[in-house]
Amino acid sequence: MIKVNGLHKYFDDLHVLRGIDLEVQKGEVLSVIGASGSGKSTLLYCINGIEQIQEGSVYVDDVDVHSKATDLNKLRQRLGMVFQQWNSFPHLTALENVALAPQIVRGLTKAEAKDIAIKQLEHVGLGDKFDVYPNALSGGQQQRLAIARALAMDPQYMLFDEATSALDPELVGEVLDTMRVLAEEGMTMICVTHEMGFARDVSDRVAYFHEGVVEEIGSPDQIFVDPESEHTKKFLAKVR
Amino acid sequence: MEQTVTVFSGFSAQDLLFLGEAALRTLWISLLSIAIGSLLGGIFGWILYETKYWGGILVNPLLDMFRSVPLIVQLVLFYNFAPIVGLNLDAFESGLVVLTMYTAALVANVARGGIESVGRSMRIASRSLGMSYWQDMRYVVFPIGTRAIFPSWVGVALGVMKDSALVSVLGYVELVKASQVLITRTQEPLLIILVVGAFYFVLSYPVSRYSAKLERRWSQ
Repeated sequence: MIKVNGLHKYFDDLHVLRGIDLEVQKGEVLSVIGASGSGKSTLLYCINGIEQIQEGSVYVDDVDVHSKATDLNKLRQRLGMVFQQWNSFPHLTALENVALAPQIVRGLTKAEAKDIAIKQLEHVGLGDKFDVYPNALSGGQQQRLAIARALAMDPQYMLFDEATSALDPELVGEVLDTMRVLAEEGMTMICVTHEMGFARDVSDRVAYFHEGVVEEIGSPDQIFVDPESEHTKKFLAKVR
Repeated sequence: MEQTVTVFSGFSAQDLLFLGEAALRTLWISLLSIAIGSLLGGIFGWILYETKYWGGILVNPLLDMFRSVPLIVQLVLFYNFAPIVGLNLDAFESGLVVLTMYTAALVANVARGGIESVGRSMRIASRSLGMSYWQDMRYVVFPIGTRAIFPSWVGVALGVMKDSALVSVLGYVELVKASQVLITRTQEPLLIILVVGAFYFVLSYPVSRYSAKLERRWSQ
């Protein structure tokens, strides 16, 4: 379970997160929607400890992420993350991209890491691209490669930071399909997204972020069909 | 009977061997200073990248000094003043020290650029996979950065190989010094300079060919 309590985050004078309380249960898919700059992505960075926080707490399976005693490198193995920019390692083949972290971080043998990489590449539909370098892959394929790379660490949670925002429109579908498969397999996911269709169909709950607070959170029906907050209504009217 | 003393004699096969040995010395001092200098330069570059403050006030002025004072002046100064602080280095050792620092100064900023070229989002991605700072450096930043700066680095290396000619002023018999000796004896400057030029070419050409090949392979 991921548990966020009273989280405040500043970038110098900019108060980005203004008291976030949030819980994500095992097996749940939470979509986070909201305007740019509302703090959605920052929340993900605070959850896996890439950004420091100024107030409040984040717990992942009862581990205090922002405690000095926490081994972040260890914790991050439990939190797979996929970014807007897919960031494939350009000097490694698809297979090596996926096998690298299992080998050096999890300490598996080369053969074990390779088996995992093969399995995860097939999982995301890149079974025919093992020896291809990233620059020969499309954006959608590279993003699926990034998903496979994160899955190879055998994470308990997946954090998606606008995973489809940088893609050409015709490539968005294949990445969303991959995310859908993960959700169906029971992966616990937090998806920061602008894809309202995905948020609506796949999520168990949807959170609407407005200026650094969770303005409204509830089932997709509640948020998309019957939102309470004026801000939510306005936002949805704009993106529709 | 008149006795003749031969002061001048023509260029012989023996002399080619002499130049060949000198070329090996050029190669040796260049290889060593490029290798050690690049290593040091990499460390300096890392300091410049990682510690903007201390890098700015400690490392940068030092590097600026080595970059802006002409190499020949550095060589003469170091060779003559090192003994004052108790360093009794011969021509080779003095040349090696100065060339190494010179290389390090040139490589430092190239290396810093290499680290910068990797970009924050790539590094966040590798850290988010659970890699430590040093694993990220070793497996992601170093290989990507190295590929990015490789052409500039080869330029520095070839430059240092040619600049090593200046160590001749200290009396280390590398290619240029050897050519001066031979020119004095044979009085055939044109021929000898041509041969020396050819030697430098033979030393540099494989490096630039090989690096071009590497670049092609990496860009695939």
